[in-house]
Amino acid sequence: MFTRIFAIVKKEFRQIVRDKRSLVLIFFYPVFMLILFGYALNFDVTHIKMGIYDLEKSEFSREFIKTFNSSEYFDIVKYINNPDDVNHSLDDKSVQCVVTIPADFSQKFYSKEKTDVQFLVDGVNGNTATIIMNYVNAATLGFSQKISADILARAGGNIKMPVNIQGVFWYNPDLKTTEFLIPGLIATILIVICVTLTAVSIVREKEQGTIEQINVSPVSPLELILGKIIPYILLAILISIIVLLLGAILFGVQIKGSILYMFVGTLLYLIACLSMGIFVSTIADSMQVAFQLSTLISQLPTNILSGFIFPIESMPWPIQIITNLSPAKFFLVILRSVVIKGTGIETFWQQFVYLAIFALAFLTIAMIRTARQRRTV
Amino acid sequence: MEEIIKISNLKKVYGDVIGIDDISFSIYKNEMFGFVGPDGAGKTTTIRLLCGLINPTEGTADIMGYDLRKDKMKIKDNIGYLSQKFSLYTDLSVDENIEFFADIHGVKNYKERRDELLKFTRLTEFRKFYAGKLSGGMKQKLALACTLIHKPKIIFLDEPTTGVDPVSRRDFWKILSDLIKEEITIIISTPYLDEAERFNRIALFDNAKILKLDTPAHIREGLNKIVIEIVCSDIRKSDKVLRENTNFEIQTFGDRLNVVADNFEKDFPQIESILNKNGIEVHDKRMIPASLENVFIHLLKKEHQKEHEPS
Repeated sequence: MFTRIFAIVKKEFRQIVRDKRSLVLIFFYPVFMLILFGYALNFDVTHIKMGIYDLEKSEFSREFIKTFNSSEYFDIVKYINNPDDVNHSLDDKSVQCVVTIPADFSQKFYSKEKTDVQFLVDGVNGNTATIIMNYVNAATLGFSQKISADILARAGGNIKMPVNIQGVFWYNPDLKTTEFLIPGLIATILIVICVTLTAVSIVREKEQGTIEQINVSPVSPLELILGKIIPYILLAILISIIVLLLGAILFGVQIKGSILYMFVGTLLYLIACLSMGIFVSTIADSMQVAFQLSTLISQLPTNILSGFIFPIESMPWPIQIITNLSPAKFFLVILRSVVIKGTGIETFWQQFVYLAIFALAFLTIAMIRTARQRRTV
Repeated sequence: MEEIIKISNLKKVYGDVIGIDDISFSIYKNEMFGFVGPDGAGKTTTIRLLCGLINPTEGTADIMGYDLRKDKMKIKDNIGYLSQKFSLYTDLSVDENIEFFADIHGVKNYKERRDELLKFTRLTEFRKFYAGKLSGGMKQKLALACTLIHKPKIIFLDEPTTGVDPVSRRDFWKILSDLIKEEITIIISTPYLDEAERFNRIALFDNAKILKLDTPAHIREGLNKIVIEIVCSDIRKSDKVLRENTNFEIQTFGDRLNVVADNFEKDFPQIESILNKNGIEVHDKRMIPASLENVFIHLLKKEHQKEHEPS
């Protein structure tokens, strides 16, 4: 049995190494995806272009403006001098938000009246607008507190906020998107490569008729499947290492947790993905169909349903149930736990079990289909 | 003689199409057995059934004492199969292809056997070439070497010489006739009737059935008619004229006509006068021994006439 599996593994490796064009593609694809997603797909909101319409132009108003200028979140790009310009600036997108300081800003403040400042935010992109609004609120709150404290201090008093929130973001303190995306990218890259490569490599044997020669030999369906899976597991592990290294070099994403968990999780995920590829090969009769079907069933669910980009919790419940069909969903939890949080197995053992069930189920289906296809032509 | 394959009531149906309809016969050990017949007659189906690539709808076969339905794996250890389509790894070298098939058949010390087979098929100097770069004839010889690496007792060759040039074809047959000296049974399908003379016994397939099964000599003798070969000016026209005016069976072979008749002295003058009447000049004529081709065309025509007659 092992000599037969080894024979197929050896043959498969020879073919992989000889197909230079595919080999370049296999290694170029992860790099391409990483750079594309890592740099282009960025949900971080920084350097918001801000316009200032200061009607007062006093020392106090300038001090207020300074609070925005001192962080990396806001760039003051424009000082506006008439009300028409406020609209124009938002219309032609030269600014994303405008702060209007009323002419009686300091006067109202010193006479201890409530002071209003107007913020206009470009609400076309709802997500960004909300984030801008939150930043502005926080900045204004900070300014108000500082001023109140100063005044009280001058009067010899001491201020104490009744309840003070100390918000700290754990695991990804700077809320960087790349930290969050890299694990998802690993999952996507691996599933696309694994499903496509196995499916195409088996369908190629069907197309060239070489599968017939294997079918008349004593090789069993299990031996054939294992012989096909093992080389691609090794290849996929190599690709995972490359992606992780690139993630560390380009984006500073480092594995905080145990490498062993990472390895076991990846292995289970790979078996599930490769079995999916074999399943595809039993449906497709030509390499084109195999390729298209593989991309469809691997890339689409992984991007949309796995929680890679869109959080599963905010999906309607029928869709939430469907997300369980994507093995990447479980792998992502493991990856994020290990890479970002560095937590122990207690937080993701369930995902391990799910993935193992997934891998086993897919492997069984793939085997049954391969065996059946061989028997009844 | 020892029966190595015993086929009993084998039948294969694909949906509405009958692939092979209830055939029963035996193949002897160390025989070169030919499956002959037009395309779609059931030759390939029978070979694929016997190799265990497809399951029979009904019936079974006994191959070396193993039942085709029950002991498929045991049969697979002892047979070799060469499919109609070239099916080796084009991106592996000659050596690597043989190595792979040795490995999956569990042949341990294949190196010596490989050298032997390469010498036998005269491929030794091409051993480092990728299989995809070989010529059609060499590909076929390599495929044969791959099927022989595990020393099978029976080999099934499905149209091995289709699409191969005449010189390579002769070469291939030479190799096969050397091979039969070893203890091996060879089953070959071919659409070329001139190749059929080389077999020990032939089964003529037509329309999912076996029309005739015998040695080439017996089949030829069974015709009981004579064949007159005529070379004349307008072959197409003479074919038409003779069909319209006589009841003889006419077979056209490129530049000559074969007329299946009963008696040369009695029948030829009649033929000649019809041809002359229609302005056709007879260049040459002679009586030839019936070839297998003549007999097969005769048998097939008779069979098809039977079908078209209203019952």
